[in-house]
Amino acid sequence: MKQLFPLPHVMGFVFSLILSLVALAVVYFDLSYTAGMTILLITAIVQASLQLLLFMHIGENSDRSTLYTNIAYALFVGVVTILGTLFTMVWGYN
Amino acid sequence: MKWDEFFVTGEPMIYASMVAIAVVSLAIPIGLTYFKKWGYLWNEWLTTVDHKRIGVMYILSALLMLFRGGVDALLMRAQTARPENGLLDAQHYNEIFTTHGVVMILFMAMPFVIGLMNVVIPLQIGARDVAFPRLNAISFWLFFAGAMLFNISFVIGGSPDAGWTAYFPLASPEFSPTVGNNYYSLALQISGIGTLMTGINFIVTILKMRAPGMKLMKMPMFTWSVLITNVIIVFAFPVLTVALALMMFDRQFGTQFFAMQNGGMDMLWANLFWIWGHPEVYIVILPAFGIYSEIISTFARKNLYGYKSMVISMVAISMLSFVVWAHHFYTMGHGVMVNSVFSITTMAIAVPTGVKIFNWLLTLRKGKIEFTTPMLYSLAFIPIFTIGGVTGVMLAMASADYQYHNTMFLVAHFHYVLIPGTVFAVIAGFYYWFPKVFGFRLNERLGKLSFWVIVVSFNVTFFPLFILGLNGMTRRMYTYSASTGFGPLNLISAIGAVGLAIGFIILVYNIYWSVRYSPRDTTGDPWNARTLEWSTHSPVPVYNFAKVPTVDSLDAFWFSKKNKTPLAEGAYEPIHMPSNSGMPFIMGIAFFFAGFFLVFSWWLPAIIAGLVILGTMAFRTFERDHGYHISVEEIERTEEALRGERK
Repeated sequence: MKQLFPLPHVMGFVFSLILSLVALAVVYFDLSYTAGMTILLITAIVQASLQLLLFMHIGENSDRSTLYTNIAYALFVGVVTILGTLFTMVWGYN
Repeated sequence: MKWDEFFVTGEPMIYASMVAIAVVSLAIPIGLTYFKKWGYLWNEWLTTVDHKRIGVMYILSALLMLFRGGVDALLMRAQTARPENGLLDAQHYNEIFTTHGVVMILFMAMPFVIGLMNVVIPLQIGARDVAFPRLNAISFWLFFAGAMLFNISFVIGGSPDAGWTAYFPLASPEFSPTVGNNYYSLALQISGIGTLMTGINFIVTILKMRAPGMKLMKMPMFTWSVLITNVIIVFAFPVLTVALALMMFDRQFGTQFFAMQNGGMDMLWANLFWIWGHPEVYIVILPAFGIYSEIISTFARKNLYGYKSMVISMVAISMLSFVVWAHHFYTMGHGVMVNSVFSITTMAIAVPTGVKIFNWLLTLRKGKIEFTTPMLYSLAFIPIFTIGGVTGVMLAMASADYQYHNTMFLVAHFHYVLIPGTVFAVIAGFYYWFPKVFGFRLNERLGKLSFWVIVVSFNVTFFPLFILGLNGMTRRMYTYSASTGFGPLNLISAIGAVGLAIGFIILVYNIYWSVRYSPRDTTGDPWNARTLEWSTHSPVPVYNFAKVPTVDSLDAFWFSKKNKTPLAEGAYEPIHMPSNSGMPFIMGIAFFFAGFFLVFSWWLPAIIAGLVILGTMAFRTFERDHGYHISVEEIERTEEALRGERK
């Protein structure tokens, strides 16, 4: 039974809930802009890596070139979406 | 909530639909009981995980939705056929153009394309099913739940009425107080989850399950186009998921993401919608390009010209499709810099598309062209789509777009792209692969008749809209005065729409006629085609290939026929197959009810339906199902029967 219980995944799930609660705290406590953003950035990065490493099994693939292609494509779409939105909606807006 | 708010009231057409829905929902169970078909329906279709049957169900649903969306279109054309027409009021017209757009793009074009993918891809790469057959069934049932949820909106609660783009602030609860746009967010969300899973499923299938020897650059062009399409699905659909979730929060939980005050940004919806929406255009068009490539190369009796450049141009399109979205809202007020950048990227995307057009033309050059129905659609596609493409480049110029924006010119443009691009392609693919699935061809004479009616009527319907747009008629106008002079061209367009309806009725009659009278095909290869799906029997046995074929070149089946070398050698081996499951169907029903209750903000029933969904997932987690094996004797028996050696 002990080998069957997916301990890392349950821990990861609990940890991701805790991270979400910490991020939520920024709304509930009267924090400064810098403090709030710092907390959000750190929790976001930890959350993303937790999801990628634990639940999406990144790094468990022996095929490096597929992995890098995937990451490159994901980065391309992510960067385009975020920077593109800022470009059209904020920076380039009259 | 009162009953007269729950049901849509006051429209004779709606009452007629209610009666029709009641009659059909009574007729189906009565018919099933009378013909003793419950077991057949459950065992063979509702619980199936077979990619071919799932594909057939996708295509059937898509055809149903084609007629639903088609009726919307006919009503719109009838309403605008003459000035000051009173057939529909403004609200009803708004609902109809909204549902027409959503149904045609998301519940007709997408499932038709995904249905063809389902039927063809595993066969074309020499696999026995998709990588995750159970997930595939869940994808279908989620799509179906979403489609049905969206479709009941017109009798229960009222349909969305803010356009298929549902721009904020119009779609906000302040300006769209009915539940219509709740249907929009939830139905699209549910079917979107299904599409996302399809995307993952087919990427894995194509990357991991190809027949031995089929390198990436030896894949048929349709498989390539589907691979790239699914990559786009996986990267674009999460944006829609997030946007729809924010929309739901804004409409039902009082958040202010897309509000005009409190730090909200109404245009952010348009931005997010089109970050998904433009790749979506390529999601429905790239598989179409793949279908045309297969058909043109088959009936020109030549290998595809410029295979490598086809692949490269599709990869280029997949990247470029993510950097053009702002061209959908040039006039929303962003600066010159933004408009210039998006103008340039938009014109750039015409280049790889043009490369493909030239490749098809050069494939045809010096070919022994055979004018079958699928080939006719493919040949008609090239010039008509080019008109759509060229008007697209006109719209791409941001400064000129200020003139065209939101006029009928735009409406004509995207119909000129989507109908020859996607609709002709899926019909061509339907005619082309129909004998593979059912074992007989559709009648060619009726097929060609419906082709000519559809192609001529299409141009009669949509060409006048270019001129109307240039004359200043804006889209989504429910009526206009006689003094505008829009009347005659709109009337011509309405006549064309009737012609289109007749063309599609002939198509359906052709299916009926062919089921009854068409001669059965015993070869498995009625078109003398080139790719692996034609190397097995038609109709395809459940295991697809008795022996897994080995591939050493592009168009391997063509060369195996020419050189008379067998594709597969060795003895039969037991085949491992996935077992059927009712869970995806139950999950679809649970999703439907969860969505329905959420639309009306009935929280308690929604939570219960949500728990049922979680329950089905938990059940699956603890379920042990290793599939089953088909024995060698059974394979031999099936193969002999399919070869006609045993009755």
